[in-house]
Amino acid sequence: MDRNSNMYTFVFAIVMVIVVAAALAFTATTLKPLQAENVRQEKMQNILSTIGINITRKEASEQFSQFVKQELALNSDGTVNEQVDAFKIELMKETKKSAGEQAFPLYIAQKEGKTFYIIPLFGAGLWKEIWGYIALDEDKNTIVGASFDHAGETAGLGAEINQSWYEDQYIGKTILDDDNNFVSVVAVKAGAIADPKHSVDAISGGTITSDGVSLMIEERLGNYLPYFKNN
Amino acid sequence: MMAGEKEALFSQKNKRLLIDPLNDDNPVTVQVLGICSALAITVQLKAAVVMSIAVMFVLVFGNLIVSLLRNLIPNRIRIIVQLIIVAFLVILVDQVLKAYSYDVSKQLSVFVGLIITNCIIMGRFEAFALGNGPWKSILDGVGNTIGYAAILIIVSFFRELFGAGKLWGFEVLGHKGKTIAESTGLYHYGYENNGFMMLAPMALITVGILIWYQRSKNRKLIEE
Repeated sequence: MDRNSNMYTFVFAIVMVIVVAAALAFTATTLKPLQAENVRQEKMQNILSTIGINITRKEASEQFSQFVKQELALNSDGTVNEQVDAFKIELMKETKKSAGEQAFPLYIAQKEGKTFYIIPLFGAGLWKEIWGYIALDEDKNTIVGASFDHAGETAGLGAEINQSWYEDQYIGKTILDDDNNFVSVVAVKAGAIADPKHSVDAISGGTITSDGVSLMIEERLGNYLPYFKNN
Repeated sequence: MMAGEKEALFSQKNKRLLIDPLNDDNPVTVQVLGICSALAITVQLKAAVVMSIAVMFVLVFGNLIVSLLRNLIPNRIRIIVQLIIVAFLVILVDQVLKAYSYDVSKQLSVFVGLIITNCIIMGRFEAFALGNGPWKSILDGVGNTIGYAAILIIVSFFRELFGAGKLWGFEVLGHKGKTIAESTGLYHYGYENNGFMMLAPMALITVGILIWYQRSKNRKLIEE
C-alpha cells in the first residue's frame, strides 16, 4: 500500500490512537485501586505527622484510628454536618464552591492525653495545586505541626514546602494575636518587618509558592473560627 | 543489513553510537537539545539523577518502538506519531509507579511533563530511530541519555553545592544556623550560599561554561 496516500495515513492514525488509548485505559483501570489505596494511606500518614507521629504509610493506615478520635465535617457557621463523611471530603472539589456551601473537614486527635485539632488545607501554588495539614494545640491557637505537599512546584525552590526545614518553622507560631483576632501565619522574606509569632521565613526563589502557602493557611483556617469560638 | 555481512553486537560502529554522545556529539552541549530540562531540574543532584533515569527509559523504549515501526509510519504525520509514543510511554511509567512505587512516583511527578517536551527524545526519534534498526536505536538511546545525564549531573553538582551548600541533600559545607555562632563548618567562618545559583540564569551560565570548556579541549568541535 502506498505509504503516502491519504487513506493509509488515516488508517494508521486511527489504529494507533485506538491501540494507545486502549492500552492506557486498561492500565489506568487496573491500577486504580492500588493507586487510591496509596493516596489514602498517605493522607493518614500526613495527618498523623502534624502531631509528631512519624510512621510509614502502612503503619499509618493501621494506627490512624488509635489517634484520630473524631472526624467532623463542619458548616461555615461552625455547626457539625452529620451527613458528610469528613475523610472522604475532597477539598479540590469543595473549594470551588462558595464558603457557605462547603463542608470543612476537621480531625480531632488525642495523643498522650492532649487534644489536637488538625485542619486540612488546599490552595494554589505557582504551577499546580498545593495542600497540607496544620495541627493546632488544645488552645486552638498554637500550631504544633504542619505538613505541606504539592502537585508540581519547581524542584529545589517551591517544592521545598514539603521539606521538614520549611514545615517545622510553623511549630510554635500562633494564629491569633494578643486580642484574639485572627492574623494567620505568613511566609515573609528574611529581614521583613513582621511579627515573629505570626511569620516564617519564605523560600528564596519560591516566592509565589510561599505566598500560596500563606494564602491557603489564612483562607482555610479562617473558616474554622466559628467552630473554635463555640467549642 | 544483509545476512552475509552481519555486524557484531558491539562492532566499532555500534560502540561509537554509545560513546559519541558523551563528548563529540553530546546532546546538550553540542546538539544543544534538552536545554529546558537542563535548566529546570538541575537545582538538586538527586532530581537530576531521577530525571536522567526517567529519560533513559523513555528514550530507549521510544527509540525501539519508532525503529520497529519506521517502515510503517506515514511520513506526513510522523512527528505526531512520535509525540504519541513519547506521551504513551511517559503516562504508562507514571501510572505503574503510582501503583507500585509511590515514593518514586512522587519524586518524578514534576518531571513527567518535562520528559514529554524534552527535545532530545523527539530529536533522536527523528534523526536516528526513523532511519536505523532496533539494536542501533537502543544503543543510540542509551548513549544519548548518558551524555545528557553527564551534563545534568555536572551542572546540578555545582548548583546544589554553591546554591544550597548541599550534595544529594546532605549538608556537606556544614550546617547554617540562625547566627554565626550556631553555624558549623564553612558557615561558621561567614560563608554564605549563593542564592543566584538556584535560579535558571545560573544554570544557563553553567551550561555555557561547560560548552566553552569542552570546545577548548576538543579540537573536533572547533569551527573553521
